[in-house]
Amino acid sequence: MILLWLIIIPLIGGLAAWLFGRGTNSSPRWISLAALVSDCILLVSLGGSESSASALARGAWMLNWTHAWIPQLGIGLHLAMDGLSLVLVALTLVLGIAAVICSWTEIRERTAAFHLNLLWIIAGILGVFLSLDLFLFYFFWELMLVPMYFLISIWGHENRAYASLKFFLFTQAGGLFMLLSILALYFIHGRATGVYTFDYIQLLGTGVPRNYAFWIMSGFLLAFLVKLPMVPFHPWLPDAHTEAPTAGSVILAGLLLKTGAYGLLRFVLPLFPDALASVAPLLLLLAAIGIVYGAVLAFGQSDLKRLVAYTSVSHMGFVLLGVFAGSVTALSGAVMQMLAHGVSTGALFIIVGLVQERIHTRDLGSMGGFWTTAPRLSSIGLVFALASLGLPGFGNFAAEFMILIGSFRPHPVITSFAASGLVLAAVYSLWIVQRAFHGPRSTGPQPPDLGAREAGMLAVMIAVIIWLGMFPRPALKPVQPLMQKIVSPAPAEDLIRIQGAQNVNR
Amino acid sequence: MSIADLAALSPYIVLGASAAAVMLVIALRRNHALTALLTLTGFVLAAFCVALLYRRPPHAVTPLLIIDDYAYFYAGLVILAGSAVAAMSYSYLEKHAAHREEFYVLLLAATLGCAVLPAAAHFASFFLGIEILSVSLYALAGYFRHNNLSVEAGLKYLILAAVSSAFVLFGMALVFAATGTLAFAGMQAPAAAGPGSLPFLAGVVMIITGVGFKLAVVPFHLWTPDVYEGAPAPVTAFIATASKGAVFALLLRYFSFLGLRDRSELAAIVALIAVLSMFAGNILALLQQNVKRLLAYSSIAHLGYLLITALASGPRALSAAALYLAAYFITTLGAFGVVAALSDGSGDAAGLDAYRGLSRRRPLLAAVFASMLFSLAGIPLTAGFVGKFFLIAAGAGSSLWFAVIALVVNSVIGLFYYLRIIVIMFTAGRTETDAPAASRSASAVLVVLMLLLIWVGVYPGPLLDVIASAVDGIPQPLR
Repeated sequence: MILLWLIIIPLIGGLAAWLFGRGTNSSPRWISLAALVSDCILLVSLGGSESSASALARGAWMLNWTHAWIPQLGIGLHLAMDGLSLVLVALTLVLGIAAVICSWTEIRERTAAFHLNLLWIIAGILGVFLSLDLFLFYFFWELMLVPMYFLISIWGHENRAYASLKFFLFTQAGGLFMLLSILALYFIHGRATGVYTFDYIQLLGTGVPRNYAFWIMSGFLLAFLVKLPMVPFHPWLPDAHTEAPTAGSVILAGLLLKTGAYGLLRFVLPLFPDALASVAPLLLLLAAIGIVYGAVLAFGQSDLKRLVAYTSVSHMGFVLLGVFAGSVTALSGAVMQMLAHGVSTGALFIIVGLVQERIHTRDLGSMGGFWTTAPRLSSIGLVFALASLGLPGFGNFAAEFMILIGSFRPHPVITSFAASGLVLAAVYSLWIVQRAFHGPRSTGPQPPDLGAREAGMLAVMIAVIIWLGMFPRPALKPVQPLMQKIVSPAPAEDLIRIQGAQNVNR
Repeated sequence: MSIADLAALSPYIVLGASAAAVMLVIALRRNHALTALLTLTGFVLAAFCVALLYRRPPHAVTPLLIIDDYAYFYAGLVILAGSAVAAMSYSYLEKHAAHREEFYVLLLAATLGCAVLPAAAHFASFFLGIEILSVSLYALAGYFRHNNLSVEAGLKYLILAAVSSAFVLFGMALVFAATGTLAFAGMQAPAAAGPGSLPFLAGVVMIITGVGFKLAVVPFHLWTPDVYEGAPAPVTAFIATASKGAVFALLLRYFSFLGLRDRSELAAIVALIAVLSMFAGNILALLQQNVKRLLAYSSIAHLGYLLITALASGPRALSAAALYLAAYFITTLGAFGVVAALSDGSGDAAGLDAYRGLSRRRPLLAAVFASMLFSLAGIPLTAGFVGKFFLIAAGAGSSLWFAVIALVVNSVIGLFYYLRIIVIMFTAGRTETDAPAASRSASAVLVVLMLLLIWVGVYPGPLLDVIASAVDGIPQPLR
């Protein structure tokens, strides 16, 4: 039931912000903040308990809740949380709060409706991370798209209509193919066992026939790789990230991309281990190409926001590499990279948004020498640029290092190629610092420095990214047993125990 | 005819009697509000009868009609559609200077025709139902005699509906020649190579042709955009929902007697029609600048999706059809309800420009229209999502992968134009021209439809229970 509340609180908070916030600008902001903070408190109370710690250590489900929804089709409300969901839910709430704070002064039009959309996206993302019923998962998967579409198309920048449509079409197309795969899985399971159900744990228990597995997997892969995104499915990303309002970019880069990686870890790897092995070399190659390609294109951008968007393509290539490399270290590194990239890129988008709010342009050509007038903004910008290039001490370094170590042994050639992305990352990150913060003062407008609210928020994000880099253990501990299970699947008795726990919870 | 027969027929009797009563009242006293109220009372009474008689054992009334839950379910659906149309017509007609009252007589008669169709078990009732419906619709489509577009719509509908009736009649004659019966039940298809196989096949194909006109599926769709554009918006809503839904329900029952899946050539024809309708409807809708024409093309595509259930087998397909139609009814009524509410005396609000910046001027209408468009696109939280899900599930369950993939591809194409309208509504535009205020009755209907949309989209369980009872009585394919 607590898991359901985690999702319901933002939904209600969004409605409340919309209903009570019409006409004023400040009350929707406070209501949204209150909703997300109370969600955080709920999560902390839940993650801190004794029983959940022992469940995490075993890699089992901490919480499991089911309720009938459409019993005629075997659809249930099945929510559960394990270590992977736990860290991602935590990331969602942190970035959600950051998104509310960073749009505090940016959004002045239709504030109430903005916060409705923002909180509903967060609810959708939480639903994706917590659903263990494939219908419910698809429901939330689609649900998070619609408010995001509105966020881009109403509060976005100049070219918003084009960008939002492109975003919606790409992700929707991928999602529909996933729906076909979900249904195929449903019918195969139903015919084999006589039980028609969308429940993940039951579907996991029955193997997929070899001849269908490849096609069913392709549907899932398509949805997740578009979302991640993997080259060549990435064209929606630069447009959507660039045109979205700051909060939208933070959520897109920090969270929406992670749902794709989550889907791979939760569904594709456990459900189709054999079929995946046949295409893994190709995917690894595309991942490596994506790392280099994203970095090269990032360097070629003159729009600062677009530059940051392309760095996401590069960083998510590392996630992909880690996911498909097939070792525990690489998989844990991929999860680590999801968290680190979420925080660091989210922060970079916030900084770009702050710059744009101040000087009304994102063009690198009209920036320069900010350090003299805005030292706080510039120094924080430097910190996140360094984090993004993978400087030791930051979370990104720990993550990328783990991924490269974990994948070098099985795939030395591709990994070496991918590692060159780190050099390119240094080039584009320093390029940002050089062009925007250092160098001669531009003739254009100079930004005023950060206020206490903005500086405070970014300081917290710096603390998180350094914490992830220096002490990755707390973030890795809930995840590693799970990754171990993915690499060497649990014996049958383990599944029975999970099902037993589920029955008790009913 | 026994008392039990009369009781079973009571919804139909109420509809017919209301039409007669409204006609008499008009003869005595012309009063728009009174007429509308009387009509609504008739609809409510008929719906009440349906609800009361639901879940009774099937009952054959004469060889012509079989009154079972399947018939009642669709009768209930078209009666509710009729009452929604009546409620939204009231404020719509108020804006037009014409004789308003006769509209309701025609609406009641058309609803009666629709309600009879799903109960038909015989070619005679099949044809009678279609004719009651068509004749009323000729007049309704051309109701505004001083509006050229409306007259064009009426005439076009008259000619094409007459042609389609001729096709249906000829097809019936051929099937009768091959099988020797007019009742569905005895209509065993002759063996594939045996005598009478060819006339039978030709007859069924002609019936499909005639019904195809009514459903406006490709290649029998050419009348749709013109009639949708020209007819008054509430009438368009009725044509798009009740008329198509009832004919489709009849078609499904007929096919279930026929055993369509065993006749591969017929199944191939239906599959071809379905896939062509999806692509043609969606691609042509992309090119439209007029909302009514756009919805017309989109309805062609939706009927294409729906035809998947005619190809799939078993109760899963029948319940998918029922659910999809219920969702489609709610959605389409809501969409045309918004068009009607935005229209003024000079004509319907059909140009895309009329919707620019609607979210500022009429937030309620914009919210309703946006949710209806999301439902048409099949986005979660709306009935359209659940409907599409069941449709894909039915297709996947019968391994109709080709048709299902066509549906998926078309859903993406469809998103383009649905989202385009939504973007236009949320884009600030000219604010100087103010849309007419929506009347209270129209707003109430729209809000109810939106609530239904979300209810079915989030918690379809109760509706599925009702549908389960409806499809339970349908005979499985005979062979």
